[in-house]
Amino acid sequence: MYGGGYIFDESASTELDDAKKLEAFEARIEAGEKIEPSDWMPAEYRKQLIRMIEQHAHSEIIGALPEGTWITRAPGFKRKLALMAKVQDEVGHAQLLYSAAETLGKSREDMINDLISGKSKYSNVFNYPAETWADTAVIAWLIDAGAIINQVANSKGSYGPYCRALERICTEESFHLKYGHDSVVFLATGTPVQRAMVQDALTRWWKPIMHFFGPSDKISVHNTIMMKWKLKMASNDDMRQKFLDMYVPKIWDLGLNIPDPELRKDEATGKWHYTEPDWEEFKRVINGDGPCNRERLAVRKMAEEKGEWVRRALMKQDERYITPLA
Amino acid sequence: MKENSTIKSLDPRITRADIPKDGQLSIDIKPLDQWQTYEVFHQEKKGDHHSHVGSLHAPNPEMAFLMAKEQYARRGRCVNIWVVKTSDIFTTNFEDEDMYTTNDDKMYREAGGYKVMDRINKYKKEHKKKEAVK
Ligand SMILES: [Fe+2]
Ligand SMILES: [Fe+2]
Repeated sequence: MYGGGYIFDESASTELDDAKKLEAFEARIEAGEKIEPSDWMPAEYRKQLIRMIEQHAHSEIIGALPEGTWITRAPGFKRKLALMAKVQDEVGHAQLLYSAAETLGKSREDMINDLISGKSKYSNVFNYPAETWADTAVIAWLIDAGAIINQVANSKGSYGPYCRALERICTEESFHLKYGHDSVVFLATGTPVQRAMVQDALTRWWKPIMHFFGPSDKISVHNTIMMKWKLKMASNDDMRQKFLDMYVPKIWDLGLNIPDPELRKDEATGKWHYTEPDWEEFKRVINGDGPCNRERLAVRKMAEEKGEWVRRALMKQDERYITPLA
Repeated sequence: MKENSTIKSLDPRITRADIPKDGQLSIDIKPLDQWQTYEVFHQEKKGDHHSHVGSLHAPNPEMAFLMAKEQYARRGRCVNIWVVKTSDIFTTNFEDEDMYTTNDDKMYREAGGYKVMDRINKYKKEHKKKEAVK
């Protein structure tokens, strides 16, 4: 997955950067060139990129937890294997993204420290529980669908290592989407109990899904510079509209009910109407006060701590850290 | 006592891990804890060049191969992988990229630096004229 609704810093001061270099840098981006790690870049560009790629990496690794919960109890051997493969992909995405972020000069150790202390964020949706196996089906289909919209857009961005990691990630996401859709269809076309199960999961997850792309353009911080530097490729609301356009008809097709009485497409404008998500709740949860924040971070911390002796046993004395190249 | 002081999760494995409910959420992982990095090069099919695909963390080449397979060869084609410690790679600077540009004063080493058709045509024209005079 994942990585939607990034939180950017508000200030974008580039005064100190060499004006001529900045001009050349922006011209390259304008011309569709990719920026590489050893190229000159404004300090603010580097800072926002690290923040964004790091958040994306954390989202992949934390996102593995709610789904991973159901691996041992997925119905049947084949579904256990499929869910395990999907979760392993997500952890792999985190590895690829941490490597891309590292090319900008922040070490992986620092990123993990900042994740656990809460200094760095991750996608808000993973602070909600996956109560049944059906929840993982809804996540794999619809949260991954949202992630694909976001990741395909960002893979056309300006930073080379991030774009290349995203291209690799997107090819794996197509399996997640198919697998998720298959599971949802299986339940939705099954017995009344199975249908009820997937309906409940959809009802639970609709709010996180609507939160996924981040706060409405009406209230989110002004990010013209993020767009100009091709760090952000589409506005939050535009991506949400695209998601609704692609997936609401598919959900309705299965006779499932979306828990929003306002949801409808305005045929005149081509835009979807919906109840504005509760952005106060979004802020509250992303800042730590959600149903699963503490568990997610505590589990991540435990994993780092329990693995430490293994990592230390394998460490060589002459190791030397060099920022990865590309 | 234990019942209330540890995390109760939907995941029984997490519940069994007895993680304290209000433990300190901070950690201080030291530099190099996650080892050094390797750069990964893969070959999609025999006969192709190996090309760079990214980096990874590993304590030794054996682990680097394992991680490379999982991270860069999980999907798509791959027949061979190289891993090289990042610290063993030497690179030139993009700021010096002009040293690789082909400049016009070295046209003697380019195929395009040799234009013979004009001379041939001129020769043929003159030759024909001479023939005609005879
Ligand atoms: Fe992913
Ligand atoms: Fe995914």
